[in-house]
Amino acid sequence: MTDDTLMWRIAGGSGDGIDSTSQNFARALMRAGLDVFTHRHYPSRIRGGHTYVEVRASDTPVRSRGDGFNFLLALGDSFARNPQDDAYYGNEELKPLTEQLDDLNEGGVIVYDTGQLDEEEIAQTDLDERAEENDWHVYPMDLRNLAREHGRDVMRNTAGVGVTAALVDMDVSYFKDLVREAMSGDVMEANLEILDAAYERAQELDQTHDLTVPSGSHDGEQALMTGSNAIAYGALDAGCRFISGYPMTPWTDVFTIMAQNLPKFGGVSEQVEDEIAAAALAIGASHAGVKAMSGSSGGGFALMSEPLGLAEMTETPVVLVEAMRAGPSTGMPTKSEQADLDFVLYTSQGDSCRVVFAPANVTEAYEQTRAAFRIAYEYQLPAIVLYDQKLGGEMRNVSADFFDREPNPSLGSTLTEEELAEAAHHESGKFRRFRHDGEDGVSPRSIPGQKGGRFLATGNESNEVGHICEDPDNRVAQMDRRMRKLDAIRTDLDEEESSHQTYHGPTGAEYGILTFGSQQDTVFEAVDRLNELGHDVKALGVSDLMPYPEMEVTAFLESVEECLVVEMNASGQFRGLTQRELGRFGPKLSSLLKYDGEPFEPGEIVDGFEASVDGDQPSAGNLKYVPAAGD
Amino acid sequence: MSAFTAIGEEREIDREEFTPGVEPQPTWCPGCGDFGVLKALKQAMPEVGRTPDETMLVTGIGCSGKLSSYFESYGYHSIHGRSLPIARAAKLANPGLEVIAAGGDGDGYGIGGNHFMHTARENHDITYIVFNNEIFGLTKGQTSPTSPKGHKSKTQPHGSAKDPVRPLSLSLASGASYIARTAAVNPQQAKEILVEAMEHDGFAHVDFLTQCPTWNKDAGEYVPYTDVQESDEFDFDITDRREAADMMYETESRLWEGEVLTGRFYHDAERPSYSEEKQAIGEMPEEPVAERYFDEDAEWERTADELIDRHT
Ligand SMILES: Cc1ncc(C[n+]2csc(CCOP(=O)(O)OP(=O)(O)O)c2C)c(N)n1
Ligand code: SF4
Ligand SMILES: [Mg+2]
Repeated sequence: MTDDTLMWRIAGGSGDGIDSTSQNFARALMRAGLDVFTHRHYPSRIRGGHTYVEVRASDTPVRSRGDGFNFLLALGDSFARNPQDDAYYGNEELKPLTEQLDDLNEGGVIVYDTGQLDEEEIAQTDLDERAEENDWHVYPMDLRNLAREHGRDVMRNTAGVGVTAALVDMDVSYFKDLVREAMSGDVMEANLEILDAAYERAQELDQTHDLTVPSGSHDGEQALMTGSNAIAYGALDAGCRFISGYPMTPWTDVFTIMAQNLPKFGGVSEQVEDEIAAAALAIGASHAGVKAMSGSSGGGFALMSEPLGLAEMTETPVVLVEAMRAGPSTGMPTKSEQADLDFVLYTSQGDSCRVVFAPANVTEAYEQTRAAFRIAYEYQLPAIVLYDQKLGGEMRNVSADFFDREPNPSLGSTLTEEELAEAAHHESGKFRRFRHDGEDGVSPRSIPGQKGGRFLATGNESNEVGHICEDPDNRVAQMDRRMRKLDAIRTDLDEEESSHQTYHGPTGAEYGILTFGSQQDTVFEAVDRLNELGHDVKALGVSDLMPYPEMEVTAFLESVEECLVVEMNASGQFRGLTQRELGRFGPKLSSLLKYDGEPFEPGEIVDGFEASVDGDQPSAGNLKYVPAAGD
Repeated sequence: MSAFTAIGEEREIDREEFTPGVEPQPTWCPGCGDFGVLKALKQAMPEVGRTPDETMLVTGIGCSGKLSSYFESYGYHSIHGRSLPIARAAKLANPGLEVIAAGGDGDGYGIGGNHFMHTARENHDITYIVFNNEIFGLTKGQTSPTSPKGHKSKTQPHGSAKDPVRPLSLSLASGASYIARTAAVNPQQAKEILVEAMEHDGFAHVDFLTQCPTWNKDAGEYVPYTDVQESDEFDFDITDRREAADMMYETESRLWEGEVLTGRFYHDAERPSYSEEKQAIGEMPEEPVAERYFDEDAEWERTADELIDRHT
């Protein structure tokens, strides 16, 4: 299925500047008044290996990648290994061209750099044949030479952008502005010249396609953001002034953004020896009175398991972020998956007492990171923001006004020295830090250095002043109190003005689709298409995973006949969680799963849904349908 | 005004203030060396001039980890091997605190060895006391990283095939700026060393020999001992890294032969602490980060003002 929006894909080797070029491209389109969305695909390799970024732009809101794409700018992989017929990687240089073709829609446009790609080798592929079959419009251009004439070879990306602008009839001045803002001197001049020259050269071509960029406008100024930006900015505006971490893809992006900005926000960032230390430092900083966070991806988060339990037991507020990638083990480091759900909910010994939010998009990532800090510090427990490679790396435009809000530096249920003087103490002078009473389970804390606030924090079960205590009645009182916090948090979240759960589609629909985290907006686009196709379906995207939004999901599931649960993993973890939490609906819930490393396309969900209605396996892509229990 | 008025408070301090009313009596076995650490620490505090409310003691897991139960201060009894990362973050959050970390030889040189190396390297201004009884005490006497080669235990029935860790040498190579060894049976020296360690501006590592009469009778009571500063046999400069390294090597080797050498082994008073280094490159504010949360007039930066423009 095609789309009338521009879906431009730039492909090259990693190291060929694909990321920065696509960012500028998206930004220019955004400034031109369009809504944009990017999808990033890259290998776990520094140089070479085929990588691409897709930029989808439309005059109506876009919230997902499209189905396939309609414009390919293939730069070729300038870091490719020497072609060897016997090696499994074949001719890597050509891959940014040849490996894209399966997804290119009918009538699509191809521009490739003949300065990098050998035309004789291309002639040996089936490009011509397929172009004919699919009505593709192919424009070989010597981008490298264009770049060299006015600057240097590596500026061939700029030439590619200039050519694209001419072919889709887009004003090149937006790109020029970006060049002027980002560069100076000779480099800037060279890039400006290349843009013009490439634009002119492409205009001279005998153009046979009819793809143009739509025109649009925005109500206010827009900002182009990734999910990682949004999480980091949410943390900063939540008053977070400490981060500790150890690099691991894809969490590194959040860590980097925080590390680069914390000094000017008056905070401290620490890159430490491992993730056990990373989590422990965040706990130490929080215990000493700072809003603190850490995070990692799968393997690194596994190392945080024991400190995470310590934070639950000592009731130390802390925010952790977990950026999922395809597992198990090292899995596919740069590919998307949602298979760490069970792990993040339950890792560490004992009964889980934590909060887990899985935001769906950039705005939710900002909001829910702020919420994670509020809840963690108010209720004194770890709060986890669970996201994935997809959300972390994809860019979207958001109204710049969205971020115009006040920071929240509150330490939550923490006492000042004046309040401490009034608070209950043990006769020995120790502060009763862990009192059994308190309806919402929270017992306010003191901070080291405060006069009269001394207590012991321990990972052992403890009494009201924190001393180790294995008395059965105390144990039950303390366990009950800690677990009570989760009920209080559920009530708190349910009372919030806006729920973290998001609904889409006709309220009275007969069928439902349930999903969580980053797949939500793709599902929503699919729901729109399904309704256009005559299906009666609505969707619910869940973000609160612990404590689970029982009321909302129950009401949703009661309102539909059948429900398809869409998630990116092989064992249907979210469906399992839903059944476990609600204790029913088994016969209503079937699964649509994907775990090939690539997020769902909306069209795949459409296909998957249609097949599921008949109880069939979907025909397209690497999808898997698992029927409801008892079906 | 500070939100933490205990910090820097000038007043008479009595060592009995450090005995917790909740749990005044330790549960360590009779004759255990851990009592010696507790006593020396309580004696050192008034000399250093720090009160219980401005002191944060972070411990690991082990018999040694119970120190925080028997010492009155802000305490954090954490998990096995992880006292150092918690302690150093607390110091970064609020540098006015007196931060002490403590744990066993298994805790610090085994499971937490990576943190030991890196905390020393970074030279955080904290004091680290390792209760070195050359055994896993709490888990009932298994061979530890400092147990001598050939040490037999239930988990090493044929005797350990491993050479033990050299804690002092490891500390020096990693970057600690104050390194000493003392013994529970020498309370006066122990107290003095702890005072020096706490007053030192940088990572101070004290390898504290603590006899475990219950599980490690072989190690004896660490008597007789020799103070290397007082003995005529040794003459080395504790500010000279090479001489210190040789002396440490000698000391560690002799312990395995049953000879106990204690004292100061290395002291570098010049090296800036980690916070100073971080402040010098503009990565840590002068005012303690923790103070800001209690300051109602504090101005909090907003991403809307600082960061959003670059995305438009
Ligand atoms: C992660 C983890 N592994 C193992 C244990 C069990 N454990 C508790 S204390 C200890 C060793 C104690 O030896 P040491 O650190 O030398 O302290 P000591 O008891 O001798 O003072 C072990 C293995 C634990 N608590 N946590
Ligand atoms: S087992 Fe050893 S180390 Fe533990 S308390 Fe007893 S004597 Fe001390
Ligand atoms: Mg020990």
